Amino acid sequence: MGKEELEKRIVLSPDGEPIEIDPINDYFCQDLPEVEKKSSIAILEKFQNWARSRSLWVLGFGTGCGAIEMRPLMTPKFDAYRYGIQWRPTPRQSDVFVISGYLSVKTLKRVIRSYEQMQGPKYVIALGSCTINGGMYWDSYNTINRLDHYIPVDVYIAGCMPRPEALLAGFEQLKKIIREGRGEGANLYAENFEWYKANQKKIIKDWDMPDYNW
Amino acid sequence: MDPILVKILYALLTLFIVLNYGLLIQGIVPKIGARVGRRHGIPFYQAYLDIIKNYSKRTRVTHGIMFYIGPVFRLTGGIGLLMFMPVIFGSNMFQNFSFTGDLLLVLYFQFFGVLGMALGAAESGHPHSAIGVSRGLSQTTAFEFPLTLGVLSLAVQYQTLNISDIVAAQQGGFMHWSIMTNPLAAAAMLIAFLGAMGRAPFDVVLAPQEIPIGPPTEYQSGLLGVLQLNRAIFPIAKLILFMNLLFGGATSWPELFLKTFLIYMWSVFVGVVFPRFRVDHSVRWFLGVPLLIGILAIIVTKFF
Repeated sequence: MGKEELEKRIVLSPDGEPIEIDPINDYFCQDLPEVEKKSSIAILEKFQNWARSRSLWVLGFGTGCGAIEMRPLMTPKFDAYRYGIQWRPTPRQSDVFVISGYLSVKTLKRVIRSYEQMQGPKYVIALGSCTINGGMYWDSYNTINRLDHYIPVDVYIAGCMPRPEALLAGFEQLKKIIREGRGEGANLYAENFEWYKANQKKIIKDWDMPDYNW
Repeated sequence: MDPILVKILYALLTLFIVLNYGLLIQGIVPKIGARVGRRHGIPFYQAYLDIIKNYSKRTRVTHGIMFYIGPVFRLTGGIGLLMFMPVIFGSNMFQNFSFTGDLLLVLYFQFFGVLGMALGAAESGHPHSAIGVSRGLSQTTAFEFPLTLGVLSLAVQYQTLNISDIVAAQQGGFMHWSIMTNPLAAAAMLIAFLGAMGRAPFDVVLAPQEIPIGPPTEYQSGLLGVLQLNRAIFPIAKLILFMNLLFGGATSWPELFLKTFLIYMWSVFVGVVFPRFRVDHSVRWFLGVPLLIGILAIIVTKFF
């Protein structure tokens, strides 16, 4: 673990009895994600997918310079609200994670935590060339190059930087994917969990969290 | 059919109508705001889609039993408030479970949901939830003072604790409404109403940017869906309460929709004009002039 506050220790309770505390096991859930089945009634699943595509709640977490392209979507000029796109302040309530640009090693850890805290089905939009192959940061010592080695990506939007119109087009593409029932990123993540974790741990050296952040 | 069964069925019908009205208002009011800002804005049926979406989430996370019960308490607060009020005056069908002392019970139900939410949000262990809940509780406590004083002033004026009797006493034209016959109580209550609706000057409880959404930070999926249902029902129930107490009630559904919509607009207009209060400001503000107006209302009704 490496971090002092996460190590096992014995503390005295108020009445003088020693108790053992193991923070990583006591404070976090250690369960791994499972593949969540689709609804067995086809028409219900279709209806749910339609509702999911019409109500996309975006996690407002700007990771790179592309975050500046998300802001105009709220303004009268682009007005993404009319497409059912709204911003939520907490990962618990969000459906779409827009990775807006390059991801430094430090940010990657936060991205993984936030992504895992979102409730499935959840979708990822990768904005900008940096998320596809590293873009202009392809040989940087501190950024990752290919995002879908670390979390499953539904839609890529190429460009450096793409304009807000491109982002809107990306959202429309995502809606199409969801309606067709192909927005199964959360299940892909659960199926190939070991592969994703191995990739993540190769990059993040000070891994001080459980394997899946519920 | 058994009369109590008929009563229950009509109460469910009331609930259904109010729920749909609340969901539509949740779409229409932001739509009006967007049109003022020269945007298209969300579709008017967006609230329905959001709720269906939240109920179709496949995973959910829990933090314990109280975490589950919190939203249920909140929803009970909203439905309870609605169930113990007469909704349409003079109609047997939409009297719900109104009884002789319903005014006191209704005041209690205002607070009920907040307390449930406090228990549930505390169990999530998220610091932002705790901050949001403590803010919500202090603000609710503060605006309850002018509200209760105003309501008691009305009770003294009409010598009854029954909402149906208060509505009956206001019939016969707008000059008979409490807002005309007892303007001091009306002022205290309408100021408290701003706090009760939780719109702009008093929306620091939910402060999305600062303490991500406050009390419901950890709520997701179906649990958030329950809270959203309450967000549709609770404000409308409060609007109906204020309409009954101050604006002469309603004798038909269209009248109810019109009156409640206009009362709602009062909080919307104040919200767009005035910036957000911090919670220490809002508590001090409610305990200042509004409280004095409330006390004055009691004195004036009792002795003059």
